[in-house]
Amino acid sequence: MMRSLMKRFSHLFLPLSVMALLIIINLVKGADYFRITMVNGAFYGNIPNIFFGASELVILSIGMTLVTAASRGQDISIGESATITSAVFVQYVLQANEVTLLTILVAFLLSSVVGLALGAFNGTLVSIFKVQPMVASLILFTGGRSIAFMIDGKLSPILANDLSNKIGTVIPGIPIQTPIILTVIFIALIAVLFKTTNLRLYVEAVGTNPNAARLNGINPKKVIFLTFLIMGFCSAFAGFIAVNKAGRHDSVNLLKLIMMDAILAVAIGGNSLNGGKFSITGSIIGAYTIEMLNRTLLRLEIEPAMIKVFKAVFIIILMVVASPVVRASITKVVDKVRGKGRGASAAMTVKATGDGEKEE
Amino acid sequence: MLGNTILEMRGISKSFPGVKALDSVDFTLRSGEIHALMGENGAGKSTLIKVIAGAYEKDSGSITLEGAPIHFKAPQEAQNNGIGTVYQEIMLCPNLTVAENMYIGRSHSPIVNWKQMNEQGQRLLASLNIPARATQELSSCSLAVQQMIAIARAVDMDCKILILDEPTSSLDEDEVHTLFALMRELKGRGVGIIFITHFLEQVYEISDRITVLRNGKLVGEYETIALPQIELISKMLGNELDDITGLKKYEPDVSDASVPVFEAIGLSSVAGVRPFDFTIQKGEVNGFAGLLGSGRSESARAIFTADRVTGGEVRMKGKRVKIKTPLNAIQHGIGYLPEDRKGDGIIEDLSVRDNIILTLQVLNGFFKPFSLKQAQEFAEEYIERLNIKTPTADTPIKSLSGGNQQKVILARWLLTHPEYLILDEPTRGIDVGTKVEIQKLVIALAHEGMSVTFISSEIDEMLRTCSRLIVMKDREIVGELRGSQLTESAVMNVIAKGGKK
Amino acid sequence: MAGVNAIKGKTRLSNSNLLFLIAAIIFVLMYLFAIILYPGSFLQFQTFFDLFNLNAPLIIMTLGLCIVMIGGGIDISIGAVCGLVTMACAFFLESGMGSIWGAILISLGIGIIFGVLQGYLIAYLEIQPFIITLSGLFMAQGLLTTLHKDPINVTVPAFVKLRDFDIVINWLGTRNRLGVFIPCEIKPGTIIVAILLVILASLMKWSRFGRNVYAVGGNANSANMLGINVKRTMFTTYVISGLTAGIAGFVYIMTTGAGNVGNAAGAEMKAIASAIIGGTLLNGGVGNLLGAPIGTLTLLVINELIRAAGVQSNFQAMVSGLLLYFFIVLQSIIMSLRDKRGFKMALPPWLSLSGKSQRGR
Repeated sequence: MMRSLMKRFSHLFLPLSVMALLIIINLVKGADYFRITMVNGAFYGNIPNIFFGASELVILSIGMTLVTAASRGQDISIGESATITSAVFVQYVLQANEVTLLTILVAFLLSSVVGLALGAFNGTLVSIFKVQPMVASLILFTGGRSIAFMIDGKLSPILANDLSNKIGTVIPGIPIQTPIILTVIFIALIAVLFKTTNLRLYVEAVGTNPNAARLNGINPKKVIFLTFLIMGFCSAFAGFIAVNKAGRHDSVNLLKLIMMDAILAVAIGGNSLNGGKFSITGSIIGAYTIEMLNRTLLRLEIEPAMIKVFKAVFIIILMVVASPVVRASITKVVDKVRGKGRGASAAMTVKATGDGEKEE
Repeated sequence: MLGNTILEMRGISKSFPGVKALDSVDFTLRSGEIHALMGENGAGKSTLIKVIAGAYEKDSGSITLEGAPIHFKAPQEAQNNGIGTVYQEIMLCPNLTVAENMYIGRSHSPIVNWKQMNEQGQRLLASLNIPARATQELSSCSLAVQQMIAIARAVDMDCKILILDEPTSSLDEDEVHTLFALMRELKGRGVGIIFITHFLEQVYEISDRITVLRNGKLVGEYETIALPQIELISKMLGNELDDITGLKKYEPDVSDASVPVFEAIGLSSVAGVRPFDFTIQKGEVNGFAGLLGSGRSESARAIFTADRVTGGEVRMKGKRVKIKTPLNAIQHGIGYLPEDRKGDGIIEDLSVRDNIILTLQVLNGFFKPFSLKQAQEFAEEYIERLNIKTPTADTPIKSLSGGNQQKVILARWLLTHPEYLILDEPTRGIDVGTKVEIQKLVIALAHEGMSVTFISSEIDEMLRTCSRLIVMKDREIVGELRGSQLTESAVMNVIAKGGKK
Repeated sequence: MAGVNAIKGKTRLSNSNLLFLIAAIIFVLMYLFAIILYPGSFLQFQTFFDLFNLNAPLIIMTLGLCIVMIGGGIDISIGAVCGLVTMACAFFLESGMGSIWGAILISLGIGIIFGVLQGYLIAYLEIQPFIITLSGLFMAQGLLTTLHKDPINVTVPAFVKLRDFDIVINWLGTRNRLGVFIPCEIKPGTIIVAILLVILASLMKWSRFGRNVYAVGGNANSANMLGINVKRTMFTTYVISGLTAGIAGFVYIMTTGAGNVGNAAGAEMKAIASAIIGGTLLNGGVGNLLGAPIGTLTLLVINELIRAAGVQSNFQAMVSGLLLYFFIVLQSIIMSLRDKRGFKMALPPWLSLSGKSQRGR
């Protein structure tokens, strides 16, 4: 029982151990790391803040996981798509005489449609024109913020209404900040999606071997296109949260360079950037881990400029430890110590035909 | 002729996580001999030659080359010591030219002399009758030509030992003759050749000695002349020797009034198949015979729409149907086991279970996923029924041997209960034991009422199982044989005479 | 399966050459278009030279990046490294003990260090290039700001002389409105671009190393079996990329005269776009180094056209994106038409955790 449990969660080893390490570092810095207080009627503290801050990243990482798994590449335009969709959202809200819940809902729906359209744009390039995802999304990455600015009409329109404030921070009476709730709702939606459809099987099949998938009745183009649509929706959702948090729409800086963190989250989550099998749970944990990393570095009072350097070093150490080459050396040493002498040289020398170990 | 021992391997062992691929294997090679390395799946042939070629490092044992002990850590070292290897997979770079592929990685000069390389390359190609230009991009050559270029490279390197891993899989008869002529020439020059192949006739035609491996262990080393074919098979199979000749074919009831299960009229595809007509009855097993390049696989793919169909119509049980995509074909009850198991068949990272239920799941629909329990039941049913050797249903399919992978794909299609199942080279590259199992299975399916198209390069397999054989040549149907006409010589005759209308 | 391939009449153009040809044609067309629209500026030779003069760093970085991409890798740290080098040089020169040669050494040194570190982690430890070079980007940016937050103007006289130095071509030039003949000027940056272009293009075409890079990019597994030291080859490409980033940094500060936190920010994306336009595929194995400057110039000319057309600066990016779109679609259509036989090239190895590349069928 223990063994099967371990097997199920073994792929989460990487992000969880990183998180554990960060927690230890934080505790060393100050034992009150886990202290939670109430501010403005909501939980406040290091841990709640991580959940609050990572909301957009979690959602985007989920979308990125699917795109990566099916099309074996990354969408680098997610921040720009979110900026465009949130610009639409803001414009609709601003033109309303009175901002009611309905206004917000309609605005959100509009921005989602735009998000789907942007996803369709990337998806068409990738699935029909067979362009590499990174190259395809380079287009929106280059021109996206300009488009958002055009929609804004002017610099940083302000979103100041009661509902936005509640969405961005806290609904009175509920001790958990709204973005966190929204993220949980989103994760639940995704879980339902996986439970009621064959999405996982299709995506994993297409990502591993699109030829074989096609010959079994799956349409790889449709599957890849679908993942980009989902990514588009994720961008809209994330943009919605981000713009309500900020209270204004800054087309230049909103979610800037977030695709880097999203790709990192996917990788730290134990997913292969080469597509195929994937773990959403891993990416979610990965996203929170990245957020925790960012905040840990701030908490350690490292100069903001140096934070980037530390982040880089941390990631490199992480990747080195997780690299198959290093792992093989460690296994070799461990085995020697154990005296078993099992053939652990597989990773070092199995390069020949890339067939895997068992052949005919 | 045969000379001294140039390669001696003693007690070679090699393990991978969870698998002992070689267990204390001995192997010797003499100069000027052609030595066939045989064995079924997981026997360790490929592993052994990769150890010789420096692609793998052995765990234990000793290797001596011309008396001197060696320990290669990289393919380059083996190459430098006169060991040339040509793998079954074409280990060349498609974006480089033919000449570059033949010479790259060999010269120590930091500068590339294009003129000289191209001239030399062209001469080498000419001397081996290879129809290619030295300046062509490799990707513009056919697979067969690419393989010959790989061999040309090895030959040109004045190797003392040449390893050929399944070199004849993609070659037609003429090309095989050219290759054998080359091998004899090299043999005369004193080169020791290690030759891995599944084609028993080729082994008897060209090899001097045979080494048989089974389950990673050495079974024995024999002089080819002294080992009758049936004994060879028994050595490879061990205790599982089955009576292949005891199989009894199913003769379907074909009256003039019976409506064929499947009928194609004027079917053509982008793969260059000329418009052809084809019918198959319920419970009938038919085969497509023909030399390489005759269009057998292309015809099968056209039926399944694996290649895009450009014309013709198709009928299931007499009713005209629209089949434009593989999904349509599956929905109408057609199944297709592809020729390229690795590229078109298995989804390597997914589990055995996921691979088995895949097609049925697709048939079920996007919005109706099976529960884990249901999927597990399906998987276990077929693991047992087809005797698939796998640790669990969760195991990734890539860890299984070729034969067991093939069985998983078969299970996948059987699970959908097709009316018409197309098997394209189901026995290629797998062990003799599984080959027999598959042939028996085909006959059993016919008895149960399934129509099967069975394509195999081994004509006797088709003669054993099919009640009708369609002969193809140069991408068109040139003849059809039934009943008493089903002999090897009759097939050859049709191929020789056919096509001259 | 298929029979032996009959030799076609003419050896068809290789993928690399075809894409390069297309890039060249498009550049010429673009430039002609620009001349037609704005003869005033584009007809002048100086404009052409200025494209090189003012954008030399970008072209230099693209050259190095192309080599990495042909090998199947990617390096997104180059912009940040370039920026770091500019600040380091400025800092060094202004600190009083600086000499020009010292600054050059620092530029090359920083570039090589980044190249070596990244190259080792990617090639020998087989870690994904995207993540490593992303970390490199973070590190360089961080070090840049830590070094000095505010811009530094370099006032060392020797340097100022270097900055103002230019080669004058007396027989080429234009008459300005007052009728005075102004000869064309070429800045040292352009000379460096030309030298590097010749060296690196020759390297890729005629050296064993260069051909090895193509082989590794085409199919790394095969290259390994053919006896090529894949790790060492990839390692070297990253060192070259780091080196070019360093050189670009020095040229940058030589042209602008100041170290600035924002220097070369975002240059890596421009370089990638330039490389792609110039005919280097992201997959690896295909590309022509001569395409790098052409791709960069095309990108620049397009940007100039957009700017000159009066498009507001905020929308310039949008129009660039649109044109990039047309270009990418065009390239992919051409490549897929060629590969009608269904042949697949290897995926970029850097998309894979273990560095395995798919075999080409």
